[in-house]
Amino acid sequence: MHKYYKIDGKDFSIAGEASSDFKTVLKKLGTPAEIVRKVAIAMYEAEINTVIHGGGGECDAAIEKDKIVITFRDQGPGIADISLAMQEGYSTANDKIRELGFGAGMGLPNIQKYADDMSIETEVGKGTTVVLSINL
Amino acid sequence: MLLSEIKTILNAQVLTGEDDNVLENTNINTACGSDLMSDVLAYVKDQSLLLTGLINSQVIRTAEMMDIIAICFVRGKSPAEDVISLAKQKGVIILATDLPMYPACGRLYQKGLRGRSHAQIL
Ligand SMILES: Nc1ncnc2c1ncn2[C@@H]1O[C@H](COP(=O)(O)OP(=O)(O)O)[C@@H](O)[C@H]1O
Ligand SMILES: [Mg+2]
Repeated sequence: MHKYYKIDGKDFSIAGEASSDFKTVLKKLGTPAEIVRKVAIAMYEAEINTVIHGGGGECDAAIEKDKIVITFRDQGPGIADISLAMQEGYSTANDKIRELGFGAGMGLPNIQKYADDMSIETEVGKGTTVVLSINL
Repeated sequence: MLLSEIKTILNAQVLTGEDDNVLENTNINTACGSDLMSDVLAYVKDQSLLLTGLINSQVIRTAEMMDIIAICFVRGKSPAEDVISLAKQKGVIILATDLPMYPACGRLYQKGLRGRSHAQIL
């Protein structure tokens, strides 16, 4: 089972559509609620980041035999210091994003908390790829 | 606490059109109040009601991801039509009250609706 999503970087109001769709898919497949919840939160945070920091991109979501693997790719500014970005409360989000209730610097820590595995590949000026997986 | 009681306690309107019958059959175990969706995503466990002063579409999506049953907008804010239709589409019930955040939460708490960690902290 595999799903591909384009992630629009311009319209914040539709950010989360991919996560919403994939959550529905998992529920339909009868995935245990606890797993659906972990996937939904981690994926939604990653999707929001792709929109607000990465300027949009794409997402692959795959259901494998023993895990769910979700990849977000963007061609945005990249992350200069990953360990700094991983710290709770660190955020470069602008005021506009903060007014909408995001940009508290909890996204990456949150993904790490809910995903069983997470990796970030990034290059300044080139883009960022975040891969998260949740065991079934 | 039944959603119908919550509606009465907060003197709230139902924006997504559910009738009293639905509200009387929707039980809310715990609630949380926040204007920071990042915090809701990070800390909320199984609260089924979110009180918030934010009215953008990401509030609905956050509720959807967290399996939050109902949202109550406080301080008399009313969301745009597309936000309400998104909520309907995702099956999230929206209430709206004129009360500010603190009194809204206070009233519900006083009537026995608790938040997360109540048992742990006491
Ligand atoms: N896809 C991305 N592209 C560029 N920078 C990113 C990306 N994802 C995260 N970051 C950087 O990492 C920081 C922390 O991310 P996160 O923990 O999700 O917090 P927030 O999104 O609230 O800022 C962001 O503020 C941003 O500087
Ligand atoms: Mg984030």
